[in-house]
Amino acid sequence: MSDVMEKTLTALPSLLSLDSQPGSAKLSANSKLGNLIRGITELTSKHEEEKLIQRELSSIKEQVSSPNTTMRQMKELMVRTIYCEMLGYEASFSYIHAIKLAQQGNVLEKRVGYLAVSLFLNESHELLLLLVNTVLKDLQSTNLIEVCMALTVVSQMFPKDMIPAILPLVEEKLSHSKEIIRRKAVLALYKFYLIAPNQVQHIHNKFRKALCDKDPGVMSASLHIYLQLIQENPEGYKDLTMSFVTILKQVVMGKLPMDFNYHCVPAPWLQIHLLRILSLLGKNDQSMSEIMYEILDESLQRAEMNHNITYAILYECVKCIYTIHPKPDLLEKAAKCIGSFVLSPRINLKYLGLKALTYVVQQDPKLVLQHQMTIIECLDHPDLIIKRETLELLFRITNAQNVTVIVEKMLDFLQVSEDNHTTIDLVGKVAELAEKYAPDNEWFIETMNTVFSVGGDVMQPDIPNSFLKLLLEGFDSVEEDKKLRLFAVNSYVSLLQGEPSRLPQRFLQVICWVLGEYAHLNEDVEPDAVLRLLAKLLDMKSSTSETKSWVLIAMTKLCSGGAAFSVAHEVSETYGSSMDTMLRQRAQELQHLSQDSALQSRVFPRSGSQEPVEVDSSLSFLDGFVSEALAAGAAPYKPPHQRQEEMSRSKVLSLEPYGLSLPISMSSCSVTDRQSPTLLSMSSSLSGDSAELSHKASSTTLKLDGVTRVWGREGYLVQREPVQEAAQVEAPSPLRSPRQQGDEDSPHSQTPTPTPTPESEQEKQQLASSLFVGLASPSSVSLMGKSEQTSQRFRRKARIQDKPPTSGEQINNLPPGGAADLLLDSNVSSELVSSLEQTHRNSLDLTANGACDAELPDGDVKEIKTPLSTDDSVLAAGLSPHEGPDRPKDLCLTSYLPAELSGLSHSEITLLCTNQSLDLSACHVQKEDCVELVVFIKNSSDSAAHQLQMQISCEEIEVSCVCDSPVEELKSHSVTVCQYFLTVKRPSVCFDLVGMVYYQLAAGSLQTAQFLYKLPLTSFIRPLAVSTEEYGTMWLAFSHDTKQNLPLMKDEREPLTATLNLLKTKLQLHVVEIIGEEGIVACCLRPDQQCLLHCRMHAGMLAAWLRSPVPDLPDSLLYHCQRALQER
Amino acid sequence: MMQFMLLFSRQGKLRLQKWYVPLSDKEKKKITRELVQTVLARKPKMCSFLEWRDLKIVYKRYASLYFCCAIEDQDNELITLEIIHRYVELLDKYFGSVCELDIIFNFEKAYFILDEFLLGGEAQETSKKNVLKAIEQADLLQEDAKEAETPRSVLEEIGLT
Repeated sequence: MSDVMEKTLTALPSLLSLDSQPGSAKLSANSKLGNLIRGITELTSKHEEEKLIQRELSSIKEQVSSPNTTMRQMKELMVRTIYCEMLGYEASFSYIHAIKLAQQGNVLEKRVGYLAVSLFLNESHELLLLLVNTVLKDLQSTNLIEVCMALTVVSQMFPKDMIPAILPLVEEKLSHSKEIIRRKAVLALYKFYLIAPNQVQHIHNKFRKALCDKDPGVMSASLHIYLQLIQENPEGYKDLTMSFVTILKQVVMGKLPMDFNYHCVPAPWLQIHLLRILSLLGKNDQSMSEIMYEILDESLQRAEMNHNITYAILYECVKCIYTIHPKPDLLEKAAKCIGSFVLSPRINLKYLGLKALTYVVQQDPKLVLQHQMTIIECLDHPDLIIKRETLELLFRITNAQNVTVIVEKMLDFLQVSEDNHTTIDLVGKVAELAEKYAPDNEWFIETMNTVFSVGGDVMQPDIPNSFLKLLLEGFDSVEEDKKLRLFAVNSYVSLLQGEPSRLPQRFLQVICWVLGEYAHLNEDVEPDAVLRLLAKLLDMKSSTSETKSWVLIAMTKLCSGGAAFSVAHEVSETYGSSMDTMLRQRAQELQHLSQDSALQSRVFPRSGSQEPVEVDSSLSFLDGFVSEALAAGAAPYKPPHQRQEEMSRSKVLSLEPYGLSLPISMSSCSVTDRQSPTLLSMSSSLSGDSAELSHKASSTTLKLDGVTRVWGREGYLVQREPVQEAAQVEAPSPLRSPRQQGDEDSPHSQTPTPTPTPESEQEKQQLASSLFVGLASPSSVSLMGKSEQTSQRFRRKARIQDKPPTSGEQINNLPPGGAADLLLDSNVSSELVSSLEQTHRNSLDLTANGACDAELPDGDVKEIKTPLSTDDSVLAAGLSPHEGPDRPKDLCLTSYLPAELSGLSHSEITLLCTNQSLDLSACHVQKEDCVELVVFIKNSSDSAAHQLQMQISCEEIEVSCVCDSPVEELKSHSVTVCQYFLTVKRPSVCFDLVGMVYYQLAAGSLQTAQFLYKLPLTSFIRPLAVSTEEYGTMWLAFSHDTKQNLPLMKDEREPLTATLNLLKTKLQLHVVEIIGEEGIVACCLRPDQQCLLHCRMHAGMLAAWLRSPVPDLPDSLLYHCQRALQER
Repeated sequence: MMQFMLLFSRQGKLRLQKWYVPLSDKEKKKITRELVQTVLARKPKMCSFLEWRDLKIVYKRYASLYFCCAIEDQDNELITLEIIHRYVELLDKYFGSVCELDIIFNFEKAYFILDEFLLGGEAQETSKKNVLKAIEQADLLQEDAKEAETPRSVLEEIGLT
């Protein structure tokens, strides 16, 4: 009975609410939800809340699973569950009921059901599959509200694999009579495009229809798709530029209905979208930019009212103007606009002003000078965000003359900032600036000390690595190197004498290494004193075992001599029985070497000579041992991947829990668990799966580049410190010694003021002059350029430059297209080159050193691409890429094609980039087993180019050089050819090969030219001749698959055969067999990268099913099949 | 694209959350906790924009409620601020001078309005009239449905049928 009563009570509020307004809070407050909310507010402790919610949830759980609960009650329960989840309590039991509610409820319940689903689940949740049918049903409903709800949920989340199921229905909605439906359908397709671009590529022409829709809402929804498409491929949509400009014109002129006005501004969202699209289309494209100038000018003029929304448009306008091909009077207006942002009393605008300045500073350093006083003020702003942005700006204008002041400001900020992300970022920047522009040794070491103490264990691991490398490699002047090392030693000794327990572990490791290597340079400090300091570190509780192992190595290096012996003995006694095997190993080494000083000096020679260590990575010295073991009946060694393969072959359905992963887990634990400086365990399994191991090793925290292999041909190798191997790869530093440099650079005239008080105007002025030195007059601008070239004393040497182009290694990880069309030529303007080259090297340095992409400010890459704002057109012409891509002079390049390739078919030779000295063209030749890329370098200048080096890289492709001898010199007006073998590492629809050429003209400095070569997957596809039986077994073995319907050549007599033959000729697929309505086709990229295609005629379409052992291959191939069939 | 939107009170209680990128519950909780803390610690006169991890945070306070959006690097901060404002305008129009209590007790309505305004992290419909029209249509249907259904279901529930 009470049950019935309760039900009645539940129903009451909704009865009462019949005559109430929708959205009135008061009545809903009487509901169960209201009670719950009130109950929570009355509670005093978190614990009580938890108890209450748990009680609530268990009662909900009981009710939802009861068969008597009506959908109506379910709706109410669902609302309460959403509330509990929002409070942070998990209620996964209700997810399935949310889906049920969306499925079975009436419109009003369905709405809550869909809402609950969209809040509870995300697109990877497996339960979402159960929603597909409901969506399908609702999309076909005659009730508009239901269709809307279905489209709304689809635009938020939908399982990727199920898109084909509803795609036709959504497409159909594009021509619905109601604009709201059309709009939602467009957004749903946008979502599909984001999660599975291949699935919607066939409806690109329908997007165009949406763009032309008579309803502005539908049109602006389609811009989301276009923004995305254009971001990925600006070249493909240049023809639409005029349309976008026209739309923007109409919007700006106020031609849209008043509904779309926002605070009297016509459709600001639309305007901003269009401006973003235009900036993408106009980037590096003069002719496109010219179409936009008028409307941009108009937008700037119209948007002069005093409301946030107009500022939003202005900001986007300014960004667009600085991104596209420059036009002087527009730039002037934009600069004025930035000025009004920076000077605005509103803090939000000031912030954006600073951002805009940061964005344009490399093009327009003078603008920064205009606002220097404001920048100084921002530097002392109470809001850390403003301060942080100001530092970002200063980072971009740092040069050898203002580095001390700027770094000091950054370090000040680091002391107050608590945010880890900021710390990591800023510490990286300080380290970078210190390496590049350090004025002297003392400053450098002290700055790096602060970096290590502040950055601690969160900073990027390559900061300490490259610091140690720098100390080790040194510069040309032996004397100067010694001074730097000596200073470091002294600084560290005094740090250890202080309170070493406060120093982060990473810093301690650096200290250990430096002391171990160079403590002997300081003759005033006794080795045993250093040893005792080090021993103190071992006793500290905070020291990790990794640090301890660094300490022990350092001690081993230092332990020669009588007094030191006792300390060493004591320590090795203690750790000789340590539970940590690595420490025990180190302690043993210490013990033995401290007793045998002859051996010690042979193992750790002090001369610092850096002869290359010969490493026998095949471990051939073990051959004797192995053959003995084999003779004794041992099983031959199989590499882990082979073992895995065999196991998976022998047990198709392996149910043994750990069977397969054993080899992997063993090797991974041997590496990752011991982050020892020498990675002893790694070397012992080198001959095995070294690729995997080195990959794993890269994840260890303090990785030193050239980790020494401990075992060599003669057995145990003379063990040196890790970095030496890397040193051997590098050529001697081309940089001048600090001493020489010091003579040339004028010493600092201004003493930086450490903490300027805001009151004192004079101090501010002084700070300004020290911050903005080198930016002021045109002469000093070029001086800045010069100083950047000469004074980068501590700059990390970009490995990429030191390696001969023969190396197949891919260091150059430039983002595809990121610096694609960049062309550099120092003849144009020294300032330009130095600043561009500068940015450019930065990015190279960073990427070359591995995992520090985060440090690379996003703006950098963008700014390389943006044409300079300087107003001479000569410069612009020199910079514009792709000028006349099909000039007749390229044709004669065919004669330079290497003889062995002349018989094979090659792609059209395209001009990739040209500057005043070099023309670069390329084509690719399809050989039977691979693709060969041929790059033609033509020297069009009157002087010979020296030290020509070429680097080609691509993330997805393995590039290896064909010829061994790199071309060193290229005479005037001659052509040379470089050939590269390309093999696919990771399939993709299209590959972007980024290439760099370094060269020196007779008198000039190092110059670079860069190009981008696009290669479709089809160039790599080869027919794979297999029998139907082989096909069958392969089909079952492959795990990656995809399915889609493709168009069929229906007008042919035998549509299936005709279609497959078309694919065969266009894509070089091998048709294995055609049986009735089904056909099987096979191809491969490399013999081990097969892809199988199973086709079936179905309802006028070709249902294609692709399988491959390689991820991404089916998707990419499908794309090309679809294109081939569409283009026929 | 907007990554997520959070509404929370001055006391740090979450009032609404909408995620446009798939994240695990644990991550969501962590982000929410960190952001609420960071935003609440900021003083009134400070900048409405934050750089947080690799995202940009735009927030604004209306009475006791904070509206906080995370956007990507290339997105425009100022227009996001206006998105927040437009959403508040919509809520205000719908509830009739909206207050925090309206959003607490009728959060599902607030979600419906948000879904009609932003879809998948992008502004879907910027015309105020159109958004409210869409919501009202759905609400109207609800009313119809209620009228048609209520008598029957109440009888059913009381157990008289």
